Formats: sequence, C-alpha cells, structure tokens
Amino acid sequence: MRLSDDEKAMRDGAQGPAVAKAMDLLIRYGEALGAEDFVYTDNIAGVPGSSPKWVKEYYAADGGDYRAVFSRFDLDSDEVVDVPRINGFSCHLQGGMDPELWREQGMTEEAFANFQADEREVAGHGIQVLKTCTPYLAGNVPVMGEHCAWMESSAVVFCNSVIGGRTNCEGRESTSAAMLAKRIPNWGFHTDEFRKGQHLIEVEAAVDSIFEWGLLGYFTGSAVEDAIPVLDGAISDAALIKHKHFGAAAASSGGVEMYHMAGITPEAPTVEAAFGGAACGQRFIYGANERRDTYEQLNSVGESPDVDYVMLGCPHYSADQLAEAARMLEGRKVHENSNLWIFTSRAVKATAEASGSADIIRKSGAKLMTDTCSAISQAVPSGTRVAAFDSAKQTHYLPAIMGIEGWFGTTQECVDAACTGRWNGRLG
Amino acid sequence: MATVAIRAPDVLIRGRKVVGGVSEGEALVTRQTISGWGGVNPMKGEIIETRHELKGQSFAGKILVFPGAKGSSGWSAMFHTTRLTGQAPIGLLYNITTTKAALGAVVMRVPTLTDFDSDPLDQIETGDWVRIDADEGIVSVWKGGRP
Repeated sequence: MRLSDDEKAMRDGAQGPAVAKAMDLLIRYGEALGAEDFVYTDNIAGVPGSSPKWVKEYYAADGGDYRAVFSRFDLDSDEVVDVPRINGFSCHLQGGMDPELWREQGMTEEAFANFQADEREVAGHGIQVLKTCTPYLAGNVPVMGEHCAWMESSAVVFCNSVIGGRTNCEGRESTSAAMLAKRIPNWGFHTDEFRKGQHLIEVEAAVDSIFEWGLLGYFTGSAVEDAIPVLDGAISDAALIKHKHFGAAAASSGGVEMYHMAGITPEAPTVEAAFGGAACGQRFIYGANERRDTYEQLNSVGESPDVDYVMLGCPHYSADQLAEAARMLEGRKVHENSNLWIFTSRAVKATAEASGSADIIRKSGAKLMTDTCSAISQAVPSGTRVAAFDSAKQTHYLPAIMGIEGWFGTTQECVDAACTGRWNGRLG
Repeated sequence: MATVAIRAPDVLIRGRKVVGGVSEGEALVTRQTISGWGGVNPMKGEIIETRHELKGQSFAGKILVFPGAKGSSGWSAMFHTTRLTGQAPIGLLYNITTTKAALGAVVMRVPTLTDFDSDPLDQIETGDWVRIDADEGIVSVWKGGRP
C-alpha cells in the first residue's frame, strides 16, 4: 500500500506501540483487500475491547484484562501494548446485556461484573458508550460523503444508503485499529465507482408499511446477495424506521451494504443516476408471488402457535416505535404464558421515560431493555421454545442461534401474540 | 497435516494472495455464501445457518472453499474466535472480496487466496485434497482425497 509520511511514522511507532500495531493490522487488511491507500476517518463505530470472561481467560498469560484483549484480539498483535486514550470520534455499538435487567436476561453476577469493568475501560479510553446497533438514533449521524468506519451491518447499510455517508461493513478488529490510527483502507464504498447500482428490482407489490418494507428488504438480500440493488416502483411512505427495517433485512438475507431507491435515497434521484452509467445487471420482479414466498420463507421456522416469547426492537426501536408499542399495549397485559421484551438504546430509552411510553410498556408486564438484543446476548426468557418477531433480521438469526421456533409478522400481530400467548399472524 | 505429494495435482489454479503462507488439507466446498456471526458456532467450527447446505458441518481443520462472506459485521470476530477455540479452517479460497472475508482471513492468519484465473467452485469438491501456496499464489488440487 502507498503510505503517507504520517502513516509511515505511525507504523514505525512515532505515536506509540498501540498505534503502530493498529497501522500494522490496517496495512495487512488493506493489502488483503487490494486497497492502494487509506482514507482519513474521524467517525468510528465498533465494539472495542469488550469481551466475555472466557476470552480474557484465554489471554491469561498476557494479563487477562481489557488491555490484553484489545492488544491480542482487537489489534491482532503478538504482544500486549498499552492502549492510549482515543481522541477520534469513536463509539461503542451494542453490548452483551442490559445494565439493569441483566438478571432477567439470565446473566450471572460474574458476567455483569465483567460487563461493568469493560464499560469503565471503554469510557476511560474516551469512547462514547452508545451501546446500540442504531448509532444514528443515539447521537452519531454522519453527513453526506463523510468517510466512516462502522461495524454493524444494519447501521452500515443505513449510513451508505439513507445518509450518503461512506463506510464498508467493517469488523471489530478494523474498527478498533481505526479508533487509534484514524485510517481505514480506501476501498469499496469509500470510492464513487463502487457505489453504483448493479441490479434492478422492480417493485410491483405495494410496499408502504414497515412490515412490507421489511419483507421487501429480506427478498432484496436473497435476490442480489452482496450486490447493490436499485429499487424502483411501488415503494411509498418512506421513513427512517422503514429504511432501518429494510436495510437490516437485506443485510441479513444477503450481504447488502448499500441500496438505491429511485427518487427516495440521496444518491438515486433517478434509476439512471443510481446506475451511474453502468450497465444494469439482472432484473428482478417483486410481485405478489415473491412477497408471499418471502413471507413463507421467514415463517418456515414456526410450527407451534403457542408463543412464549415476543421480541421487538431489532434494530433497536426508535422513540416513535416505542410510542407505538405503548399505544398497542395500553390497558393490556402480557399473557402469563408469554413474555415481551423490547430493545432500544439508552438514549432512546431516556426519551421514552420522559414521554411516558416506557411506563406504559412496563405496566403491561413487558420489559424495556437496552444495550443488546436476544441474538447478540443469546438471552431469551428461560424455557423459550417459540418466539415471534416483527423483524426479518431477528427472525433470520435468533431461531438458528438458539434452536427455537420463530414467527415473523407485524408489530400488532406480535403484541397480540404476547398478550394472548397465541400466534395469529397471516399475510394480509 | 503436511504430506509429500506422490503424484502431480489434477488441477492448478492461480490467485491473488490475501494472507501468505502454505497450507494443505481436505476441502470443504459450498456454493453458498457464509454468514459469520449467527451463521457459525465458533466453539465447534460448525455452520449453523438455517437452510445453509453445510448446516451441521464443521470446517475445523479444513480448507474452506466458498464464494464469499455475507451477513453481520461480526464475521471477522466470529472466525477470529475459531482461532482461539482451535476450530478454525486451515486455509480459505473465496471468489468475492468483501471486507468481512478479507479481515476474517487476516485475523485467522490462515493462507488465503482470491481473484482466481479459474473458478475453484467448478473444480474443487468436498473431500478433495488441496494445497494452498499463498505466497506463490498457487492452489493445487488432488481429486478424491489425499494423494
């Protein structure tokens, strides 16, 4: 790779051993990608240094602490180095448990103590403790064209597609290194050429509600895999939460890291502009049959109608989604045979507390949780066999991770399932 | 794992180095992209994704031949974890460069190639014996297993 004088100096230790290790990893990574140089970034989102206890124990010979994990795992360094305070704008994405309801999530005292110790280290290193998969709802909104280094596939696709920020789907090691070096390989979505559409999806079935946006997203990822789709047709009522669901679904069924919607997303004023002069690859139709197939695929892991767990908040719910859930739950109770957990960020929870929706949610018997989700923390109510979700992404992941059944439907169907203990969802 | 080849390889493929080194072993091949986080169990080195053709199979100690990575940004960390648990593959051949696959290969530190002159998925089947010389950019394949 071509390095600037500053970058060579960093690699050679001018800013200390941790920055040198970070540059070493970023150079190895850049060469693996085939990148020619780096871009400067001052907006980095990752999960720096956080680890379960067993990972620390694995590095016992190196001290078994945050410093050991950051050096050996995050920076992939053969030696342990002192990790300095990070001065760039860096934030910590989702974590392993709720800071208050961790017992309900089945976590041990020891795991909670480990979580607290990691969080103190994160904060002590100058990293913002956002603890969410939706940093853009919790204080980190990039601007158009800004070079970022973000993890979390649903946040990455949002950043590229909806905001026009520029990030690849980075990993834990590359983001931790970028927090120290403020560099990331100039490859992929950092370049204009890479951001052009590749395949066209002609949307014929009406896509308006958040449920329909999620279905279309899941279909889109299955159709184009990791390519960049251009969507055109019967898509309406765009809103932040719909993009959030669409992108998360497309990123989990395929590997979509950017999409264009003609007349909706900022780099796609028209279909032609979205392709940027490049040829359109495949054309896919999303009609009634594709819609039904996608719905059935998502629901193929559901058999029993007795739902003992409903999970909402993947990606983390926004304030308006919490308000909507509260409206649906007001005056109702979660069924004795079921559980309802709703996940959000600490920042949005604070808003929901001030606005009263948190209180309504709790009065119904539901739990409002932050920081994590069932898939990330592998935490479900004990004895869960059948779960229900309003998120295509969570339906994709959680049943596979936990070996349980899963249903996918609308938020209303999920709330009804939580309050009756029965799944009654159907494709309208 | 290293053996002395007793006959010339049946197939030779050239590619671009992603991570250097030499590795030799049995191939595990899939035409489906692989999810890291949520798609593998790092404690067992096993594919767990619902509806994946390799569901239930382990890549530990194998040369993993696959089109590319998909899904969560936890891909690298999940495969990195297989290095800690001793369940990592011993080499990677993938067609599509993504940040997930490239970073995963780097932190697993296993010999890896991509950008091939002919498609490994057309020429390598599960159970074939594969030698990756990533420094030289050469994949040697013996059909049907260890020569």
